[in-house]
Amino acid sequence: MEWETVIGLEVHVSLSTKSKLFSGSDTKFGSEPNTQANIFDLALPGTLPVFNEEALRMAVRFGLAIGAEIGKRSVFDRKNYFYPDLPKGYQITQLDFPTVGKGSLNVTLDDGREKKIGVTRAHIEENAGKSLHEEFSGMSGIDLNRAGVPLLEIVSEPEITSADEAVAYLKKLHTIIRYLDISDAIMALGSMRCDVNISIRPIGETELGTRTEIKNINSFRFVEKAIHTEVLRQQEILEDGGRIIQETRRYDSERDETSSMRSKEVANDYRYFPEPDLLPIEIDDDYIEAVRSELPELPDAKKTRFCTEYKLSDYDASVLVSTREMAEYFETVAQEGGDAKIASNWVTGDLQALLNKSNLEISESPIEAGRLASLIARIKDNTISGKIAKTVFETMIDNPATVDEIIEEKGLKQVTDSGEIKNLVEEVIANNPDQVQQFKDGKEQVIGYLVGQAMQLSKGKANPGQVNTLLRDKMK
Amino acid sequence: MALDKSEVEKIAHLARLRVSEAESDEVANRITDILTLIDQMQSVDTDSVEPLAHPLDVVQRLRKDKVTETDQREKLQALAPDTQDGLFLVPVVIE
Repeated sequence: MEWETVIGLEVHVSLSTKSKLFSGSDTKFGSEPNTQANIFDLALPGTLPVFNEEALRMAVRFGLAIGAEIGKRSVFDRKNYFYPDLPKGYQITQLDFPTVGKGSLNVTLDDGREKKIGVTRAHIEENAGKSLHEEFSGMSGIDLNRAGVPLLEIVSEPEITSADEAVAYLKKLHTIIRYLDISDAIMALGSMRCDVNISIRPIGETELGTRTEIKNINSFRFVEKAIHTEVLRQQEILEDGGRIIQETRRYDSERDETSSMRSKEVANDYRYFPEPDLLPIEIDDDYIEAVRSELPELPDAKKTRFCTEYKLSDYDASVLVSTREMAEYFETVAQEGGDAKIASNWVTGDLQALLNKSNLEISESPIEAGRLASLIARIKDNTISGKIAKTVFETMIDNPATVDEIIEEKGLKQVTDSGEIKNLVEEVIANNPDQVQQFKDGKEQVIGYLVGQAMQLSKGKANPGQVNTLLRDKMK
Repeated sequence: MALDKSEVEKIAHLARLRVSEAESDEVANRITDILTLIDQMQSVDTDSVEPLAHPLDVVQRLRKDKVTETDQREKLQALAPDTQDGLFLVPVVIE
């Protein structure tokens, strides 16, 4: 039987506010346990939540970036369950009136196909603490530094039909969140986490199949693998005449399989009710427009502009806009260097290779944008050839001197003096009588060899265009 | 709407309350009384009434995003029955 897959994603993103969602505790990552957990975070009696305005602004920023309806009136609710890393016994979240309503994301798939994937909603809620189940004389250790850190939970429509689409959606979400500067969104550190809802149904069937939920997957690659594995598991069960049980599962990346998790609560009965300690939040059009006016240029718009303004290919533009830092770096190089195409080739080529090799972000690049721009300018004005530029580039990594100083110091200036080039060409013709004869007999491709000889003789410094013209002239 | 003993047990479990066998009939009766009252309230026609999230007709005041709390771990952990390496210790919970 032919099956189709239906996937919906729930993504939790830690908002990068300085203080917690409902208390003035610090949110810094990686501090000593419980040094950022205060009376409210510990749920001591008599403490009350006070809402952080920055979390609201960040959520609205995200909503506007995905063209979503913004809830002018958001209401908080209590989601009740017992777990030691949740001292209050409930999580404050938004059930019926989330801050962000329906929106959508455009994703580009590997085969170049574009797809619009709907976002059902995004709501603000608080994170729980961390339980450590190592050996503490038969006890569990609880660290509440993370308790109360603001989260935005972004829920997609069940419109994703493959692992590839799921990963493309997540990557796009990640890019937008980073552009908006509302979260680090680092999956390995848990500041972006993903739950995957999966069901399958025979092609043509309109009813959804029973779904399972795979919790807390922490890398793009594992999301892809977990989906493949879970789809196969469901197919095998259904093809053997079995039934899928609606449940929460975990993905074990080492064994590449999913397994059932015991649920936190019998039948997940969270007994939601409106949070009596918080009043509804109301925002007006002025607020929304003020947030909109502060939005940065987003990746889709930037890509379109790069294609028209800098005449870049679709592919190059999409690589350059994949992070805001890279896009900004490129623009500096293109503008100061005077040639966008050369700038794009260097940023996506040699620079990217260098960063990959040393495992650096572009913001940590040993060659800043201004310096790469001077290198491009010297290629553009024919001071050096593209090949020599690679030598200069290598030198620039450890040498803080300016591009011009390096070219001068190493004597790398391109030879454009026609007298010198004439000498070179004459020497090559004298040394290679056979090849010269072949060329004269009409073997056009020999010219490449002869130009190569001249370049070698000049240690790469001759201008290859000039050499080519002069060679042809002399061999007529 | 009447509540039976098994439902009382389930609710007690969710709320982490211990209700003894002897008490459960009485608890079931008392909750049933409350549900009867709720049934009566449910019979009111509320079609034209907006749901109320809070009885006060005011909106939430917002707090500036500033760290105002300092580290009070020592004092707060003095209240806890057991701690180690800065962690609160609780009976083992494994999902």
